[in-house]
Amino acid sequence: MSAPLLQVRDLATHFFMREGVAKAVDGVSFELGQGEILGLVGESGSGKSVTGYSLLGLVDPPGRIVAGSIKLNGQELVGLPQAELRRMRGRRMAMVFQDPMTTLNPVLTVATQIKYAIGAHESVSAKAGRARAIDVLTRVGIPDAAARLDDYPHQFSGGMRQRVAIAIALLNRPDMIVADEPTTALDVSIQAQILAEMKSLVRDLGTALIWISHDLAAVSALAGRIMVMYAGRIVEYGPTAAVLRAPRHPYTRGLLDSLPMRAEPGQELAQIPGAPPSLAALPPGCPFHPRCPSADAICQTAPATTASGGRGWRCHHPLLDGAA
Amino acid sequence: MEKAEAASPLGRFCAEFSESRVAVAALAVVVLVIGLAVLAPLFAPQDPYDIGKLVLGDARRPPGFVGAGGYVHWLGTDAQGRDLLSAILYGLRISVQIGVAAGAIAFAVGATLGATAAFMGGRVEILIMRFIDLQLSFPAILLALVLSAILGQGKGQLIAALVAAQYAYFARTAHGAASAERAKDYVVAALSTPMPASRVVFRHILPNCLPPLIVVATVQIANSIALEATLSFLGLGLPVTHPSLGMLIANGFQYMLSGRYWISIYPGVALIVLILAINLVGDQIRDQLNPRLKR
Repeated sequence: MSAPLLQVRDLATHFFMREGVAKAVDGVSFELGQGEILGLVGESGSGKSVTGYSLLGLVDPPGRIVAGSIKLNGQELVGLPQAELRRMRGRRMAMVFQDPMTTLNPVLTVATQIKYAIGAHESVSAKAGRARAIDVLTRVGIPDAAARLDDYPHQFSGGMRQRVAIAIALLNRPDMIVADEPTTALDVSIQAQILAEMKSLVRDLGTALIWISHDLAAVSALAGRIMVMYAGRIVEYGPTAAVLRAPRHPYTRGLLDSLPMRAEPGQELAQIPGAPPSLAALPPGCPFHPRCPSADAICQTAPATTASGGRGWRCHHPLLDGAA
Repeated sequence: MEKAEAASPLGRFCAEFSESRVAVAALAVVVLVIGLAVLAPLFAPQDPYDIGKLVLGDARRPPGFVGAGGYVHWLGTDAQGRDLLSAILYGLRISVQIGVAAGAIAFAVGATLGATAAFMGGRVEILIMRFIDLQLSFPAILLALVLSAILGQGKGQLIAALVAAQYAYFARTAHGAASAERAKDYVVAALSTPMPASRVVFRHILPNCLPPLIVVATVQIANSIALEATLSFLGLGLPVTHPSLGMLIANGFQYMLSGRYWISIYPGVALIVLILAINLVGDQIRDQLNPRLKR
């Protein structure tokens, strides 16, 4: 395989607040190949969204990337001036936000917003711009795109709006799209449609996709590889099927067990006891140990990452195959 | 509901507006008064600014008097022998002109300042908004009085004084609305592209702050008309040769007790009707734009 599209090394993004330093992302490393779909999973506050924002250089103060390197096509993004990043966003990397209700400007038609998004990077004739807008809207599955182009966002349903947002992200054919929980605000059937469409779009266009979600089920339907984050670190990664079949980290196991479809009807849902730790005051050693069923004294020291056969985990007591 | 979905947002707004009889009547009055004011030279029997035409012998005549000009003074004449109806029509013209001009300029200045403050944040925001808070902490009339005393008489000076007294209300409202918009994803997205910041403010943020600003605008136009009348009443507005409503009221004031009520009362009624009508229209727009009051 040639050099990966995206190479992230020891990325750390910290938020400097009065209460202390919140280490939202603390030493994250991964690679992303061309056209690959990577799922990034974790609870709220695990640092998965901040990781996504960091990749596009969208972290606002008091947050800051304090260490590490992000290379897109070999070009270092950390430390690049904002003006340069602005030129790259949309064209080489794009983002889809979580809430489709606020990602579109309510007073401009979809056609105008798409025109702005194209115009931000190149100048095209009104006619060519329109043709391109119709093309991307059709691709994301909006029926009768030519007629819907002059509608305002409020005339679209939530699922359709998110499709428009995805269309705008695809507009300039970026190498990589970061999607931050784009289907969380939508209902399940729409979610499934969008997941299926995303999958074929990415395959057709060769765009790499990082799909951030707390929903293991949604990610497993889409991503070839997943990473599980906890307290700003990647605790487990590997091919989706392998990780789901035999999780190594007790946290991944806990996430899987708490999926409603794993429970018998009427049975109480399994849950991970406790809540994610405050990122400003992490427990010593493995940050998961206060909630972990297999924790013991050694967990007071930080575990190293064990890598084997394309998988990796960060745990002193990894679960064994078939330890259900 | 089906009907409402078919119509454009503007059409729906108009349909809803027309459901309120009071608001429609008030709007009709506003249109009528503004129409009369704009077309005053066509309707007024006399040009009240042409001093040569004034006959002092006809001064302070009661309504219905037929003067030297050969026409009926339906509302009587004032202390200089002016036909009061003509004077009121021309006075309304000045009031509407100044009210709308001051309102529009205050809107532009205030909305830009407020949105810029919300957009920039940090020290710029603190500087602009604290200054505006400071200004709002003492009465608008005081500021307008001091300014028009310093600037002197004339339409331009009067408008400047009114703008200085009123832009702060627009700035406050724009700042509040823009702060809410600033945090939304579409603004974040616009900022992440090479689009210039000024374009983000004017194309993305400000248009989304318009509904509350429109409500403030109607109220503030009525306020600036009242404020102008107050200044003129106190003798700080326009020159005596171009009486606005406030000055007409002031001029007739001294004759009130001698039974010549019409010189003050009729301009006063015209002023009240105009301001009341504008406020009623503004109330209806506010109710319609406020989602919490939606039925």
